[in-house]
Amino acid sequence: MSETQESSYKADALIAQDIDAYLLKHQHKSLLRFITCGSVDDGKSTLIGRLLYDSKMIFEDQLAALEADSKKVGTQGQNIDFALLVDGLAAEREQGITIDVAYRFFATERRKFIVADTPGHEQYTRNMVTGASTADLAVILIDARKGVLTQTRRHSYLAHLIGIRHIVLAVNKMDLIGYDQDKYDSIVAEYRQFAAGIGIAHFTPMPISGYAGDNITSHSLNTPWYDGVPLVEFLENVELDVTADQAKPFRLPVQWVNRPNLDFRGFAGQISSGVVKPGDEIRVLPSGKASKVTRIVSLDGDLHQAVAGQSITLCFADEIDCSRGDVITPADAPVQVADQFEATIVWMADEAMTPGRAYWIKLGTQTVSASIHAPKYQINVNTLEHAAAKTLELNAIGVANITTDRPIPFEPYEKSHALGGFIIIDKMTNATVGAGMLSFSLRRSQNVHWQALDVSREVHAGLKNQKPAVLWFTGLSGAGKSTIANLVEKKLVRMNRHTFLLDGDNVRHGLNKDLGFTDADRIENIRRVGEVAKLMTDAGLIVITAFISPFRSEREMVRKMMAPGEFIEIFIDTTLEDAERRDVKGLYKKARAGELKNFTGIDSPYEPPHDAEIHINTAKLTPEQAADLIVERLIP
Amino acid sequence: MQAVDAKISLTHLQRLEAESIHIMREVVAETEKPVMLYSVGKDSAVMLHLARKAFYPAPPPFPLLHVDTTWKFKAMYELRDRMARESGMELLVYQNPEAKEKNINPFDHGPLHTDMWKTEGLKQALDLYGFDAAFGGARRDEEKSRAKERIFSFRSANHRWDPKSQRPELWNLYNARKNKGESIRVFPISNWTELDIWQYIHLENIPIVPLYFAAERPVVERDGLLIMVDDERFRFNPGEVPVQKSVRFRTLGCYPLSGAVESNAHSITEVIQETLLTTTSERQGRVIDKDAGGASMEKKKQEGYF
Repeated sequence: MSETQESSYKADALIAQDIDAYLLKHQHKSLLRFITCGSVDDGKSTLIGRLLYDSKMIFEDQLAALEADSKKVGTQGQNIDFALLVDGLAAEREQGITIDVAYRFFATERRKFIVADTPGHEQYTRNMVTGASTADLAVILIDARKGVLTQTRRHSYLAHLIGIRHIVLAVNKMDLIGYDQDKYDSIVAEYRQFAAGIGIAHFTPMPISGYAGDNITSHSLNTPWYDGVPLVEFLENVELDVTADQAKPFRLPVQWVNRPNLDFRGFAGQISSGVVKPGDEIRVLPSGKASKVTRIVSLDGDLHQAVAGQSITLCFADEIDCSRGDVITPADAPVQVADQFEATIVWMADEAMTPGRAYWIKLGTQTVSASIHAPKYQINVNTLEHAAAKTLELNAIGVANITTDRPIPFEPYEKSHALGGFIIIDKMTNATVGAGMLSFSLRRSQNVHWQALDVSREVHAGLKNQKPAVLWFTGLSGAGKSTIANLVEKKLVRMNRHTFLLDGDNVRHGLNKDLGFTDADRIENIRRVGEVAKLMTDAGLIVITAFISPFRSEREMVRKMMAPGEFIEIFIDTTLEDAERRDVKGLYKKARAGELKNFTGIDSPYEPPHDAEIHINTAKLTPEQAADLIVERLIP
Repeated sequence: MQAVDAKISLTHLQRLEAESIHIMREVVAETEKPVMLYSVGKDSAVMLHLARKAFYPAPPPFPLLHVDTTWKFKAMYELRDRMARESGMELLVYQNPEAKEKNINPFDHGPLHTDMWKTEGLKQALDLYGFDAAFGGARRDEEKSRAKERIFSFRSANHRWDPKSQRPELWNLYNARKNKGESIRVFPISNWTELDIWQYIHLENIPIVPLYFAAERPVVERDGLLIMVDDERFRFNPGEVPVQKSVRFRTLGCYPLSGAVESNAHSITEVIQETLLTTTSERQGRVIDKDAGGASMEKKKQEGYF
């Protein structure tokens, strides 16, 4: 093992002699976050274990346990297996593989470090992307005996994709190839060619051994030909993203409005880039309203300035609207606002993405409903080739357009990770199912402005002397939706109400005749019907629709399109047995015979509403009674 | 190094502070009824201080909850009540009535003591008040399995933690949406180390329990741990006599379960000095971690221990 310990680690003498001097020095350490990536046997855990060990982050009791474990399950014979120090959860300890992202901490004289330990396993793209999203730097590990592998390419691509500015190529296990410079040089040359091809302009190669300690904290005598710095020295000096971000324009995504009393209104958030001072002219997006910063409030007294990375509270000179999700910018350097984008998406859930379905996306401090269109292509992370794709499966990366339900302030991810990076949340399970990075907004959303109309929807409705509504019937095929919907419309017309019935079969003959019955087409069918219904409510009508509309999330999507209270979900509840027994159109018979694919209830699911406004049990009510009940609820 | 430009370099403590504040504000903005678990230890002290910064000039918009075992050190109860007064926050104290009735104690009941008072007590308190998010002061550097826990950690309706189905956390975006019955444990000081905590307490002058500083205290030695005799409920083994020793505590819990270390560190800087020069890890003084070997804490967490 290399013996030359340099000053970068621990100054025991100073701690013992003058603790105050030591503390003063250490209060001014900065913080670097980095990730290590490598294949299963590249020695990642060993390297991290070594960094912790050398920085004396391992205590005697842990060391004793480590020594005992090393003998029991270690892979290094009688020597200490550093990997055991970092492999945490019980299950993976037995497998000997890191299966999740773990965060480790160590410090040197200059910096504190947070290491994201990310897996080298084939199916865990999601974990690497997660660990990389907060990193300033990536250490890509290569086993010197094996050279550049598929996994190396994948890790490098992902690190670059997620926008990591500093890449260290650590050619590990140099001790096992006799510190052979030629082999090292050829590995670096091969990597350089590959890196240039994917747009990595710069990387820092170094020959190391995590196991033997070469070029970790000090220059190794085993590699006299290496003229670069040791790993730790490089980590201590590289520029931090948070510092670099100070040079960009000021951006503050508003998290929370602080309003303890009528005399105080502060806007709280973490500065994502730039610098702010009292007196700065600002603008709030998306409203575009302008004002001036009067104070930066803190428990320790007002601040005279604040910089990227700080969590602050701002006060303005004017009482302008500003709430969670808005972005505060300089008056002369606002961010863009748009509702259609191209984005790169990483899918992270077992259930594949459903194009057209509405998901929540959280970007900065705003959470909006958005639909992701069918991918333009998918990227094979091993070959980096583009391939056609209808959807994105777990760990797939693709490029797709997304449409948000309202214009949002944003920046391209390349410019701002904080205002261009987003997570995707499934509306039903609430799980985080993916992550994405906005590339740019599509021009049409910037140029198409909403036409403000002189004759408002209130005027239309007032003229008809009614309140517009959408009566959304949902239920299995043959449940009686159309029958009851027809009765309801007749009764309403008799009461001089202006109505329109949108029937599933009829719409499919015209507006939606290009659509089939796949999940994606069913979603688009419902989306279009929703848009048409919305226009009709704007015209003041009571719209009645009768569609199976089997998926909860699509019904929710339509509900969100309408003004609050105007969407009335009516669940026509029939058992599958009853519907199948009735089988008015003979469709169940065909479906059972396999002649009809994707038939709801047979080989495609129906998701009943959890809390429909009106619930009709067809076993208890006749169609006539059901229609009366609905009309009564609508017009009491 | 290079010529210094106008950029300001934030220190690691400023970065950690900003991150913790960001997390707390997200929880307040996105959950319905948050609460801060307050254990009166040094990590809780830092967490409370950060909360006061996050929402200043408003007081933190949630109550403090102390899941009490009735076996804490006297000095802890004193500081608890004082901090609640000073922060202007509501203090809720919960004691599991079943544990109280059965007189569950650390002398007779071993691991059951922690299970009933703390694990069950916490579940009961969260259910009773209907809190949907609870801040906890756990740190990732404390223990191996904690290194992998998320900052927002979801618990099923029966409070279990499933390490296999954690939500990925990217950038500083936290998904706080939960299903019916689920609740969230949020760890805003996940990325702080023990040394960070001490440095911050030092810099910000945060009040902590005096037990963290060395003083002459009556202790007995058991299984290599120095246990302090804090009140008359202490049970001596045959032949055991308390001796006065200059000791302090690195972690605080129920007094019969907290091991002291011999020390002469009377000030924060001396404590930091000792921490830096010391060679045993922080949790080593805790009896409960030793119950079931290496994976003990992980098992406890799956069962709902914080």
